[in-house]
Amino acid sequence: MTQAHSTVGTASMPEQTIWSEHVSWIDRVPRWVSMLTLLAGFLAVWQLVYIIELVSPIILPSPAETIEDLFVVGRNLLTGDYMLHALWVTTQEVLLGFIIAVALGFALGVLVGETSFGERAVMPYLVAVNTMPKVAFAPLFVSWLGFGIASKVALAAFIAFFPVIVGTAAGLHAADPNARMLFKTMGANRWQTLVQLKLPIGMPHFFSGLKNAAVLVVVGAVVGEFLGGGKGFGELIRVAAAQLDTPRVFSLIIYLSLLGLATFWVVAWAQRRFVFWHKESVTEETLAP
Amino acid sequence: MAVLSMPGDADSSVGLTGRPVYELRGVSKTFAKRNVQALDKVDLTLREGTFSAIIGPSGCGKSTLLKIMAGLQPPSSGSVILQGRPVLGPRRDIGMMFQQATLFPWRTTIENIVLPIEIRDGKAAARAKYDQARQLIDLVGLKGFETVYPGELSGGMAQRAAICRMLITEPAVLLLDEPFSALDELSRDFMNMELQRICLERSATSFLVTHSIPEAVILSDIVYVMSPRPGRFVEAITVDIPWPRTLDMMTDPRFGALVHRIRGHLDKGAFQ
Repeated sequence: MTQAHSTVGTASMPEQTIWSEHVSWIDRVPRWVSMLTLLAGFLAVWQLVYIIELVSPIILPSPAETIEDLFVVGRNLLTGDYMLHALWVTTQEVLLGFIIAVALGFALGVLVGETSFGERAVMPYLVAVNTMPKVAFAPLFVSWLGFGIASKVALAAFIAFFPVIVGTAAGLHAADPNARMLFKTMGANRWQTLVQLKLPIGMPHFFSGLKNAAVLVVVGAVVGEFLGGGKGFGELIRVAAAQLDTPRVFSLIIYLSLLGLATFWVVAWAQRRFVFWHKESVTEETLAP
Repeated sequence: MAVLSMPGDADSSVGLTGRPVYELRGVSKTFAKRNVQALDKVDLTLREGTFSAIIGPSGCGKSTLLKIMAGLQPPSSGSVILQGRPVLGPRRDIGMMFQQATLFPWRTTIENIVLPIEIRDGKAAARAKYDQARQLIDLVGLKGFETVYPGELSGGMAQRAAICRMLITEPAVLLLDEPFSALDELSRDFMNMELQRICLERSATSFLVTHSIPEAVILSDIVYVMSPRPGRFVEAITVDIPWPRTLDMMTDPRFGALVHRIRGHLDKGAFQ
């Protein structure tokens, strides 16, 4: 090496001319290691809080108790017992709520994004509705639709539909003037411009709306169950909390979050499949399966 | 200022005798809302197989003129006649190309190219044009990229695909709106030579809007110099440099003289 350098000539030439960028050690740790470390740290703090009784053990269970209960609930789910039934009820609410939110949100989004009537006359009302605390409508939905799953589906859809409208409408405005002009020169009519240009270009916006909706729809279903009873997972949580069975509450919440994650993943998967041309930001990509 | 009034005498003086393809007579455009006169009695004849360029400072009404010629905007007065029929809207015998290639990322190169056919005649007609599209891809030197998505094409390659998309409807006139100005200078020179080759090969009737004097001169039979507010033609300059042109010709004294003459007009306009 030194010889190779000396052929270059000048004595003042530094020995080491190849340099590498400094990467901090914390950025070089493999992902799974850093994730597990964070989890372990979190559990350790939790255990510590439990040991020194910073919070009464009646309110906060130990991590060990919670994990133990995770297995109890898991066994119940796997053997197809009442918890599986409750999970299925909530899943139905989430799926139906999501489908309704997407259908309604898409239709209104097209109305708002494509027509000036929608943009100028309909949108202000939608914004007004969105600013309402939608959870407050839960009792109304219960009295309209009863204690069955219909009232929960309605609340879930109601809470989740607005981001779909915003995503759809924003997507319809995403086509740049060049692309619109090109479609004009090709003699495209309004329908062709909508279907062949505006909708596909707006897909990334539409899907970010869907992702928001996928999270909100679970919130809506569970809140609906809290306030309107029924046979879902939310009801199990409510009962466990009333009995001060906090490990059970924690483990149920963890299983419920898996349901939310699953809906989010389905949407993220669909986005990758159908909007294959659009590279997402790094943060969103790492969250996707 | 030497204002040569356009049509007949200017055209005959340049000795072009091809069939007139596109004729504009007394085309004016006033934007009533802002009370701005963008174009003032513009006369223009594009003859078959010729390449014309229009050059002028920003805001001289070039884009307005091009939009009128593309059927995207109506003129306030005057007649706009392509192939003997007045232009009343976008037409399939008008090919157009913009500064941005504007390929759609969910369509492969060849699907992008047949898009004008798909919009006008439907999917089946578009599929029937695949052979022709492949020939065009060959012509512009994009062979092997037919089924590639535009995300994988460079800027220059994307513009080649845009050329194919413009040509697929076999237009009578090509309207080129600064087609390569978003490319770097080297690619731009190269693409201009490619454009010349393609236009010569198909004996296309072309009309180029540009900000670059050398580009206008090297590509054109006639360069129209435009003055702003209201936009009108100041002079039509015939470029008597033989075809095919090469980039070396930019050092030709005749080339220099033409550039100088056009620059003179534009500088005068700037200080009016």
